Amino acid sequence: MGMTIAEKILAAKAGKDSVKPGELIMARIDVALANDVTAPLAIKAFEDVGAEDVFDRERIALVPDHFTPNKDIKAAQQAKMVREFAYKYWIKWYFEVGRVGIEHALLPEQGIVVPGDLVIGADSHTCTYGALGAFATGVGSTDLGCAMATGEVWLKVPYTLRFNIEGKKRPYVTGKDIILHIIGMIGVDGARYRAMEFGGSVIRELCMDERFTICNMAIEAGGKTGIIEPDDITKEYVKERAQREPVYYTSDEDASYEKVYDVDISNLEPVVALPHLPENVKPVREVNDIEIDQVVIGSCTNGRITDLRQAAEVLKGRKVHPRVRLIVIPATQKIWEQAMEEGLFKIFVEAGAAISCPTCGPCLGGHMGILAEGERAVATTNRNFVGRMGHPKSEVYLASPYVAAASAVAGRIAHPDEL
Amino acid sequence: MEIRGKAWKFGDHIDTDVIIPARYLNTSDPYELAAHCMEDADPEFVKKVSKGDIIVAGENFGCGSSREHAPIAIKYAGVSCVIAKSFARIFYRNAINTGLPIIEAPDAVDRIEEGDEIEVFLEEGKIINHTKKEEYSFEPLPEFMMKLLTSGGLIPFVRERLAKKGA
Ligand code: SF4
Repeated sequence: MGMTIAEKILAAKAGKDSVKPGELIMARIDVALANDVTAPLAIKAFEDVGAEDVFDRERIALVPDHFTPNKDIKAAQQAKMVREFAYKYWIKWYFEVGRVGIEHALLPEQGIVVPGDLVIGADSHTCTYGALGAFATGVGSTDLGCAMATGEVWLKVPYTLRFNIEGKKRPYVTGKDIILHIIGMIGVDGARYRAMEFGGSVIRELCMDERFTICNMAIEAGGKTGIIEPDDITKEYVKERAQREPVYYTSDEDASYEKVYDVDISNLEPVVALPHLPENVKPVREVNDIEIDQVVIGSCTNGRITDLRQAAEVLKGRKVHPRVRLIVIPATQKIWEQAMEEGLFKIFVEAGAAISCPTCGPCLGGHMGILAEGERAVATTNRNFVGRMGHPKSEVYLASPYVAAASAVAGRIAHPDEL
Repeated sequence: MEIRGKAWKFGDHIDTDVIIPARYLNTSDPYELAAHCMEDADPEFVKKVSKGDIIVAGENFGCGSSREHAPIAIKYAGVSCVIAKSFARIFYRNAINTGLPIIEAPDAVDRIEEGDEIEVFLEEGKIINHTKKEEYSFEPLPEFMMKLLTSGGLIPFVRERLAKKGA
């Protein structure tokens, strides 16, 4: 019986010829990741198990991106603890403010994660790297701390759901709309414990940035990982970056899937996920009288150069609505530089937007744009839970960079066509 | 491990931002975290809950972020166990890794009402509702996970593994 790409990677890392869904395995990891929120607990776990050294200083990434530049004294203490650990063990992939970016944009960009890897991260959006053809999944800090000591992790082999995305994309339809549409279709637990494998002609034509967006939000459907078989576009992306030799796995013809979804997106229009669950997905045109206070364009979901270009396309020559605050957050320093060189910042600033240094910031209600009671935001982020971006009585609407930019101009949730 | 206490009921998709809001994640002190447990769902929860009490919730409990602060906040708030119709996967493994017992028992969730006195027998896969004089069953954890849980989580397990390697 054939195997899916997810099963092949897990089998290889468990040192087995094959694995089956439901099987518990001990697997070798290629990269272990933590951030300034999750690393302190992981470091504590690392110390508690009595480890004397990390398993491999070149395979650990510590990325202080959530509350940095340090938002308060407590955050500064946490960041300091991560820094001291990184120095003590000569961790190769530690990034200081000024070099740091949002972890899930940074690691692929720097070639720290490569196709064929097994990656665990103490952050739920670790599933993003599946877009490279890696098996990447979020774990807790204890898992991560133990893995930093041993280089291994216990995993249950997940069943795989296959999504064939076909049809012709309409204008302004992006990877974000596709993944929101799928989450709306199967629900926030529709892929619970499952690997979500995305394929079909639409995926094959998407650039890496939009593929990352899709895999990033697998967790919002409860998925263990999102994964896309590597192709020429993947190889092109990896070529100049890979820090290690990639291994390109694909699913066998006779691989067995728990379920196959055929999704035709020919009629899909830009969508928005209403509060307070990512599954509350509606076409933008059906919700366009909702007034907003803030727009955030950034995060590990949509803070890459493609996203900023899309936002700039809409904002060019236009002004942000007088009542609205638009905050643009490039996800990494490199993206920041690229956006600056391409003249995107001029467009943003002339429109009346604020541009931040790379940080998770408002995405998790950390800093740099917290919402007050009763305020509404359109965000290109991934979660619209109660209180996610600030006050428990504030609201977050999830959308693509096109829709976010159009909404910033209109002062209400808007389709770019309406401007 | 004795698990007995009053039931506190919650709905579906109780996410990690509700269990412990991100605004409190600038600490990893378990008691500080516990002081804000379930705050955005029920601001009075930590005042009402007593040691040993049990959270009883619907589908997909613990969805959202990978923050281990969530099971830790619940555990240190005094909650002895979470019974839900289903759990989000990262929360599930975090709970086991940190030694918070969790049980998937959809039928029991439907029957149990807030305030019922509940007792759980993990290994037997049995829940007793002392208030209603009812008994429910559930699938006990696989052996490996039960071992993690009863030995106090992943840390003692790995400590032993490392010690063996070193020897
Ligand atoms: S940008 Fe948001 S979702 Fe992504 S890692 Fe940061 S806090 Fe998490």
